[in-house]
Amino acid sequence: MSTQREQADLFLAQVEQFANTMKESVGIPVIMDQKTGVRMWWDQREIKLKFLISIEKTFKFFEALAEGKLLATKCKKSGKIYFPPQIDCPEDPSDEAEWVELPKEGELITWTVIYTKPYSFGHYPDYTVGIARLTNGVQVLAWVRETDPSKLKVGMPVKIEIVRRQPENYLTYEIVPVTEKQ
Amino acid sequence: MGRRVAIVGTGHSKFGVRNDVNIPELAYEAIRQALDEAGIEKKDIDLVVTGYVGGWSSEGLAPVVVMEYAGLTGKPAYRIEAACATGSAAIKTAHDAVAAGEADIALVVGVEKMNESPTPTVVEFIGRAGNYFWEFENFGLTFPGYYALYATAYMQKHGATEEDLCKVAVKNHYYASFNPKAQFPRQITLEQCLKSRYIAWPLKLFDCSPITDGAAAIVIASEEIAEKLTDSPVWIEAIGVSSGTSNLSRRPYFTNLPAAKIAAQAAYKKAGIDPENPVKYLDLAEVHDCFTIAEIMAYEDLGFAKPGEGYKLIREEQTYIGGVIPVNLSGGLKAKGHPLAATGISMAVDLTRQLQGRVEKGRQAEIKHGRALAHNIGGTGHYAYVTIYSLSKPRSA
Repeated sequence: MSTQREQADLFLAQVEQFANTMKESVGIPVIMDQKTGVRMWWDQREIKLKFLISIEKTFKFFEALAEGKLLATKCKKSGKIYFPPQIDCPEDPSDEAEWVELPKEGELITWTVIYTKPYSFGHYPDYTVGIARLTNGVQVLAWVRETDPSKLKVGMPVKIEIVRRQPENYLTYEIVPVTEKQ
Repeated sequence: MGRRVAIVGTGHSKFGVRNDVNIPELAYEAIRQALDEAGIEKKDIDLVVTGYVGGWSSEGLAPVVVMEYAGLTGKPAYRIEAACATGSAAIKTAHDAVAAGEADIALVVGVEKMNESPTPTVVEFIGRAGNYFWEFENFGLTFPGYYALYATAYMQKHGATEEDLCKVAVKNHYYASFNPKAQFPRQITLEQCLKSRYIAWPLKLFDCSPITDGAAAIVIASEEIAEKLTDSPVWIEAIGVSSGTSNLSRRPYFTNLPAAKIAAQAAYKKAGIDPENPVKYLDLAEVHDCFTIAEIMAYEDLGFAKPGEGYKLIREEQTYIGGVIPVNLSGGLKAKGHPLAATGISMAVDLTRQLQGRVEKGRQAEIKHGRALAHNIGGTGHYAYVTIYSLSKPRSA
């Protein structure tokens, strides 16, 4: 079975092919709406969107993933922990943030299984996104390693694992249900 | 506090897959109708505020493209964006300019052509409507996915069922069947909804609003001008606005939208509506049912139902005409369609026509109090706008 991305690419390739045929015959890239027969112009321009996002100030977070740790920032005066980490303390400009390691244990507070995917996630099988509340109260959103809805429950114990995401092969973190066997 | 402001003209395109028109042609369908209803000429307009989210469509500067096409070039103009609440944000911006005396007559337009891109691209763009780096880049949340996080938590906490969610879809499709401007002007059965495929567990295809092309427009005017133009102005009595965290992980709970509650409280306070019993003051409401769970949460956030009891309101059919408060008699985002930037303005158009008693038979509310409410949410409670529209002139501006 083909992935959603392959299906999307195939659809666009078919439209492209039709437009090319029309350019040959009538000289313009015109596409007919299959339902209504109205005519549309097949865009002759295309852009690729890929961003360069600064991680300079939060690089410790990414370094720590390689050591199997999940970090957050903590404002020294207020004691407030920020995840995702941020280097500024918005509640008190004189306060200073430091890096702290988050506990790995927690409970699942909500989740969903994504069947209809964004284009850039169309190469993955169905995946589950959930939010875990860790033992110190900090909440983390990540993939959950279970795609059968009947096996997931709000309040069930979970732990955080640092994983390499495939096929891209980069470090990230995942929520893993804790079964009794473990 | 400034001047009182009223709606004096409304315009609404057919919502749906509008491959028959481009962006300015679509916008002009609504603009032409709004100017005609208001009985004004283009020279009378002091300001044009355009709501447009875009990304999925070709025109980057849609407002000036639309204004050139509509013969409005030269007027003061800007584009407003607040995700799915863009329309309400555009109304608020124009309202404030008129209230402040910066303009006497303003045109507010919302237009979106989401079907210019293939569905997976549109799913991608809306999925990025949150915190891109921390919640999309690695985890690929979709818009149904964001609301599904709320649905899972809500259902487990309060015992609501997938059937309760589908009852919202059945109601909104029922009223859309009387609305020729709706994308899906046809009824559905509970079974159809329950049997539809999962998009983001536990939300199914029929729990979700569609990808829509559409435009809506209103003409608003200061008190003095409004009363010259029409015998039945609809006053913008109060607008409450709030916002929520970009990261869903930073939300305190997943059973309600705090931003919507704050926006509602602010609007009720200004309009003198008892927040404990708002339904006694309102004839109907249009709420942001981008997903069925969103309508159920809206009942609670707006005080139509007690916390945790929103699903009972639809289970008991209390949001149909004749119930405690009729909700989404236009068909809602669910069945009328949800062209992001047009949605909040579409709510204003429909509520104006409802209050004036001129919508289609079968979906006309009984107007006793002369007041209606619009609840327009951007993102997943990232922005919240609650607007009260009234037939009676507000006590204060």
